[in-house]
Order: sequence, then C-alpha cells, then structure tokens
Amino acid sequence: MLNQWLYIGIFVVISLALPAVAILLARILSPKKPNKIKNSAYECGMETYDKTWVQFRIQYYLYALVFLIFDVETVFLFPIAVAYNQATLFMVIEAIIFISILFGGFLYVWRKGALSWY
Amino acid sequence: MNLIDFLRDPIIAISDWITNLFSNWGMATDWATFLLYLIGAAVLGISALLMTLFFIWAERKIIGRLQDRVGPNQIGPWGIFQSVADMVKIFIKEHIIPTGVDPIPYHLAPIVLVASVLMVWAIVPFSNTVYGSNLNVAVIFLLAVGGLGEVGVMMAGWGSNNKYALISAFRASAQMISYEVPMAIILLIPVLLSSSMSMNDIVNAQNIPYILVLPFGALIFFIASIAENGRAPFDLAEAESELVAGFNIEYSGLKFGMFYVADFLRAFTSALIFSTLFLGGWKGPGAEAIPVLGAFYLIAKSLIIWFLGVWIRGSFPRYRIDQMMNINWKFLTPISLVLFMLVILFSKLVEPVGQNMQYLVILIINLGLFFLSFRILNNQNKKKVVAEVGSRTRPVAKPDNLFSKDVSRG
Repeated sequence: MLNQWLYIGIFVVISLALPAVAILLARILSPKKPNKIKNSAYECGMETYDKTWVQFRIQYYLYALVFLIFDVETVFLFPIAVAYNQATLFMVIEAIIFISILFGGFLYVWRKGALSWY
Repeated sequence: MNLIDFLRDPIIAISDWITNLFSNWGMATDWATFLLYLIGAAVLGISALLMTLFFIWAERKIIGRLQDRVGPNQIGPWGIFQSVADMVKIFIKEHIIPTGVDPIPYHLAPIVLVASVLMVWAIVPFSNTVYGSNLNVAVIFLLAVGGLGEVGVMMAGWGSNNKYALISAFRASAQMISYEVPMAIILLIPVLLSSSMSMNDIVNAQNIPYILVLPFGALIFFIASIAENGRAPFDLAEAESELVAGFNIEYSGLKFGMFYVADFLRAFTSALIFSTLFLGGWKGPGAEAIPVLGAFYLIAKSLIIWFLGVWIRGSFPRYRIDQMMNINWKFLTPISLVLFMLVILFSKLVEPVGQNMQYLVILIINLGLFFLSFRILNNQNKKKVVAEVGSRTRPVAKPDNLFSKDVSRG
C-alpha cells in the first residue's frame, strides 16, 4: 500500500514540475522587451481606475458555505457506501435519517433564499 | 520473451526489463522501485500533455465542422500539425507581466491548474495490469484534486490585478464548487455498488457497465462534469462578451498556453473518469487476456464521451449565471440526494434476492426518477411562461409598448 502512496507522491511532484519547467524554458527562450505601456494592466481595454481587489458579493460566500456542508457530508457518506454490503437494514435507515436531516437543512437554506442568484 | 508476449502487454514488459536492468546493476530494491515509479510518472505525465496537442487540434476541427467552417487546414494533412505549430509559437512569445500583479499567486496559478488536471491520471487504471497507482481512496483523491483546480482559478483571478479577472474567478469557482456537490453524491453510488473506493476495484466489479444500472446517475454526473470543466453551455467563466476573456486575461505567452492546455486536457480527463466509473473502464471482450486491448477499449470509450462533450459545446447556447446556479442547486443536487437515498433503501430491501435483482431495482428507480423529475421541470416551465405573458407587472413599458394587448386593441 505504501508503494501506491509513493507513486502518488512522485506523480504530484512530477505534475507540478512539468508545467513549471515548461514555463521556465519558455521564459528563457522568449524575448524580453518590457516597457511601461505594455506592462500596464489590460483590464478591458480602457485605462484602469480605483482599487482592483474590491469587495465582492455575499452570494458567493453563501454558496461556498452550502458547498462546505455538502462536501463534509459526502466525506461522511463514503464510509457508509464502502461498508454498504455488510450493513443491516437498520444501519441503512440510520444513514437515510442522517441524509434527511441534511436535506431538511438544504430546504431551509432554499426557503431562506440563499440559493437564488440576485 | 518473444514478440507476441511483448505486444500483449508492452508497458509491463518494459517495466520488467527496467527492473531487471536495475537489479543487474546491483541496485537496492527500494531504489529500483523508486526510480521505476519516477520513470513511469514522467512518461505518463508527458504523454498526457502531448496528447493535449491532438485534442486541441481535434476539438478545433470538430467545432469548425459543426459550425460549418473548415477548421485548421493549413499545416499538414487536415491541419493536423496546427497545434504543434501553435505550441512552438507560444513557446517563443514574450511573457508580459503587468505591473501591480500579486506575484506569487500570479506565477503559481497556471502550474497549479495544469497539475490539478494531470494528477487525476495517476489513479486511472488503463488495463488490468497497467495503472499508475491502485490507491484505496482514489475517489476521495479525485474530489480533492478537483478542489485544487478551483484554487488555481482563484489564484489566477486574484493575482492578476484586474477587476474582470477577479469577477470571472469568483464566478468560475462558484460554478466549480457548486457542481462538485451532485458529482460527489453520484460518485457514492458506484462506490456503493462495488463496495470499494479504489478505481481498479470499481472497474473489476463492473460485470455490467454501471451506466446500464444507473443511467440517470450517469447523466447527472456527465452534466456536472461538463459544468465543472467550465465548457459550453456552462462557460460563464469565459463569457467573452461580458468578461473580456475570463480569469486568464492578464496572462500571455506560455502561461496563457498552460490555461489552454489545462482546459482541453480536463475535457478528456473527465471523459476518462466517466468511462472508468460508468462504462466499465478497460473491460471489453478479450481485455483480460490481452491488456493492450483493455487500454484501447478505455481510450475508445473516453473518445466517444469526449466527442459527446465537444458536440454539446458546439450546439448549445450559453446559460445565464442564475439559470446555471439554479440547475445545480435546485435540480441536480436535490435529485441526486433523493436518488442516493432511494438506492440505498430499496437495494438493501431486495438484497436477499440477489445482485441482479438489486441492479434491476436500481435501474427502475433511475428511470422512474428521470421521468418524474423532467415532468416536474416541464410543469414548472409551463407555469413560468404563463406568469410572464401578462405584462401587468411592468407598468412602465405599458403605455407605449406596441406589442402589448391594450395598444393593439385600441
């Protein structure tokens, strides 16, 4: 089993290294003639004004929160799915209750309007 | 070793040969394994990246044909070397780094994005002997790596000191994390049917391809994976008309090329994952005796799924962002939760009868839920149209609106 993790480790390093090496190579090969106008932010073709790192809408944050809840829930559900063949009916019903509680929360969020895009 | 044995499974034959070579040199076994893995990983990664050249050409050609254009046709027969020429060009283009970028996220973003796509290739079983890693938590690894892509997008948007890039990055990451939810829930069902999270075990358990057992689940997974890739009709992140070009607007040279590569490679990678999970992976007639055939089957299946994605990209108009979010949160997510609940309940109830009965019940649940959900969807659409026809809610437009009923009557 440890060998499999070793391969994953090597592959993670390789897959980070491949694009990095390619970009470095291109950096060396490519011409470098920066000037002030070329290096200004393109934005949308107009001259840029004001700060860039602006406040953004709370909506994105709400989506992220709901996503977080669901993702944690799925991580809890994976062990149930793996052990499903050994589980009795009672355990399955417990799992269903677990999901229904989450589903209730989901409906609450829906009713509160957190899922609609204004 | 004769030629037939070699041709039957070239990858394993080569790796055996390398192992023998290392042991003849008197290398310790651990080091030999490490070096073998290093070579394997490098070969897999580089070949995945080089395959992208082909996919870029093929996708441009197919999209061109779908839109009644010729597509690339200048370099080589059918323009097949177009993407090679593009690669050479983009390699020697200047890297313009705008002033005021946040350097660490700006430079790291293309690397992280490409890596997040490449890492998926480590867990895909290409045949019953050739696979990167038989990880026992491969499905969770898949979800985790998917999350890395969102980090890359956010880094690109945040780092480039551009308001449009920032908006696009927020949109893209909202879209990607949203569509990960139904994807993860549907992923549970193949795990449940094969009672393992390892990709190899999931493929081995598929005596019947899972798409025949859970067609609706596979459909949800397919839609979610298209949206997660950010391709049309869900290409809100790259809506040229609204956001200039998306989160990669301030990039140039090979850094932009890396975004391009990640985009096109991800399309094929998700097709690969789909065919591993739902179409039986390398399984096919004679694939167990001749492993090369297995790899061939896997590539063929993934190409079909990938072509389907390209076809959809060429045919559908773009969704509005609220529509896209609603499809996910108000349709796919609840329906996949309900699907999962029904599947675990009913297949447990009929478990004593046997596995085939379980499969049948799951199939019936899938088809039933499919028709029911689209029935509900259609009814809601009808209601919506009725509500919008009466223009009473828009009093401003009423007096001089030539098309409203009152004016035409008077």
